[in-house]
Amino acid sequence: MDFQLSEEEEAFRKEVVSFLDEHLPEGTERTPEFQAKWTKAIRERRWVGFSWPQEVGGGGGGIMEQVILKDEMAKRKAPALGSCFMGLAWVGPSIIQYGTEEQKQKYIPDILDGKYQWCTGYSEPDSGSDLASLKCKCERDGDEYVVNGQKIWTSIAMWSKMMILLVRTETEVESKHDGITCLLVEMDTPGIEVRPIKNMSGGAMFAEVFFDNVRVPVENRLGDEGQGWQVTISALASERSSIAEVHGLIRKIEEVKELARNTIRGGRAMSEDPGIRRRIAQAETKIEAMRLNGMRFLTKQLKGEPLGSETSINKLHRADLEIGLGELALEILGSSSTLMGGDDAVDGGAWAKYSLNWPEVVIGGGTPNIQRNIIAERILGLPKD
Amino acid sequence: MNFGFTEEQELLRAEVRKFLDQNAPLERVREIVEAEGGPGTDPALWARMAELGWVGLNMPEAHGGVGLDLETLLVVLEETGRSLFPSPLISTVLAAKAIERFGSEEQQARWIPGLADGSKVGTFAFMERSDTLGAEGVETLAKPDGDELILSGEKRYVTDAAAADLSVVAVRSGSDAQSLSLVVVEKGTAGATAVDYDAMDLTKRIGSLTLEDARVGTDCVLGEQGAAWPAIQWLLDLGAALVTAEAVGAAEAALEITTEFAKERVQFDEQIGKFQGVKHPLADIYVDVESFRSLVYYAIWALDQDADDARVAVSRAKAYCADAFPQAGIMGVQLHGGVGYTWEYDIQLYLKRAKWVRPMFGDADHHYERVALLGDL
Repeated sequence: MDFQLSEEEEAFRKEVVSFLDEHLPEGTERTPEFQAKWTKAIRERRWVGFSWPQEVGGGGGGIMEQVILKDEMAKRKAPALGSCFMGLAWVGPSIIQYGTEEQKQKYIPDILDGKYQWCTGYSEPDSGSDLASLKCKCERDGDEYVVNGQKIWTSIAMWSKMMILLVRTETEVESKHDGITCLLVEMDTPGIEVRPIKNMSGGAMFAEVFFDNVRVPVENRLGDEGQGWQVTISALASERSSIAEVHGLIRKIEEVKELARNTIRGGRAMSEDPGIRRRIAQAETKIEAMRLNGMRFLTKQLKGEPLGSETSINKLHRADLEIGLGELALEILGSSSTLMGGDDAVDGGAWAKYSLNWPEVVIGGGTPNIQRNIIAERILGLPKD
Repeated sequence: MNFGFTEEQELLRAEVRKFLDQNAPLERVREIVEAEGGPGTDPALWARMAELGWVGLNMPEAHGGVGLDLETLLVVLEETGRSLFPSPLISTVLAAKAIERFGSEEQQARWIPGLADGSKVGTFAFMERSDTLGAEGVETLAKPDGDELILSGEKRYVTDAAAADLSVVAVRSGSDAQSLSLVVVEKGTAGATAVDYDAMDLTKRIGSLTLEDARVGTDCVLGEQGAAWPAIQWLLDLGAALVTAEAVGAAEAALEITTEFAKERVQFDEQIGKFQGVKHPLADIYVDVESFRSLVYYAIWALDQDADDARVAVSRAKAYCADAFPQAGIMGVQLHGGVGYTWEYDIQLYLKRAKWVRPMFGDADHHYERVALLGDL
């Protein structure tokens, strides 16, 4: 085992640090001017799409360098690399892998520049975790596909210009994984209606999307007709392997510690309460386990071995932590924990809101019980239910 | 970065695995530990392991060891854990490490060769009646008398207490909170009596060492007299890490045994492993074992490197393991149904090992509190 960086890696780390010193001085305010300058600088460095091939405008960087880059940026609380979240996380990689030359030229630069958002039209009202059972109808009519049906739980559909959409082009199939096709759809195409779903925290992140005779040019198909499932699987795999989420949790646990130090109840700081101390230490330990699990997965990748279902381990930990940290914060706060506003609401009720927002990450990408099935069946070899 | 083992280490793992499968399957382990009045170990097997270099694996070459790091020992421990192999390996390594790291060249030459070649068993004796891991828990007195020390007190929960030919003992040499010393007490010293207790986990011997005006020469003191607290803390950390490393193999075996059972056992016309009520807890055990595996691998590496975060890394690993391993054992027995509770089935052996692991060198409460302290809480 060796956790030290090699000489080249250390040199790269120093390059990142000096870049951050120059472009992100201590106490930088996140003004629009700063954001614009920052975006320009990281694009010039080709740090957005860091690991993508250089031919498509990516950085051509290695996995290890990417980890170093993300680590150093997280330490400095630097703004994210790029602003098109889903485009960078899996739409871009899918287009790079399965797209035509035209599609790459048309979409990749915009994703890198963060010109607009992408959303993901996967789930349907009756498909739930059984994604492959989707029914959204799609028939070919000359040079166009005609889509009819409905999607649900589509994150940020109301703020997106494009959607990566899964539809059924064939119904008579041997396996439900066949006959699915992937389309790249402009959200302002006539016949698309987006209805935001108000969630339990009062906001809306998800939407329902309705398709009524929506015409999509055949050239917007990603991959072959009927190949949609493979396109999706490789996209979801890159979602599951993303180890960057640990940085967000590290920030969150630091905030919880700060909250425990600052919250005085019964004349003492909650950070002195043994039960609270233990639970904070437990959460911190779990986050560290996630970080180290991620490094073990990374080692496999560096050796050229494919990542399998083991990444579900960290998905389960994350689900636990996202829910648990919210609950822990509320317990620290005590009676004021239920307030969403007013003078007594700590941070304007931010913790109350946080504690209601976990479904976005816990259910998206497969519920915890689905992850447990994946581990039990694919790793432990237990029979399918 | 490489978070994995080298080819040599994997070869060693295969060798140890093969050796234990051939010589110490669980039926043999049961024979060894259930033998009335027996030593609780197999001296012939222990001698062969020593010959193969596994006992002295990370003891210094100059004194008969192989000179490899803790990380390589970790490979051996995972396998001895998987087999629940009953041997004084961890206690002997702890004694040797104490002498190597804190003793003089002369002391190393006097004691390490016997430990490395397996002819002597060592142990580290810290705990007392207060049952805490703090310096204040050490009450055993070391009274100077010329070039001798007179020791009096009682050490408890000492692994392999009766088998140990030499015990590295934490003693109080002054009234200052932390004025502690480490002394080597050899078997046969007048006034030193070791006995083993009846214990739940028959594969781990545990006992006490009573010192009644036992005299040892000042040349038996490791390092500077009265200044051993940092050394003791390091040994407690090492102990916690080694116990956790062995627990990785044991917990993994418990998971394997239960998973196999779930595939074979048919109820309601189905293999029970088909039911989510069975497969989900097994998946959770897998998540836990893999997680404390990552934590202890890193902790061992950090100890090898004397890294700044070694202490917190050890605490995280031991804390996670001390909760998760017993849970895995309990769930394993439960998923077996009634037979899991029988003496005949093996899963209960792993549950007992888990219960041994829990308090050894600090339970989850102790280590989570240390994580909190070291994390500025």
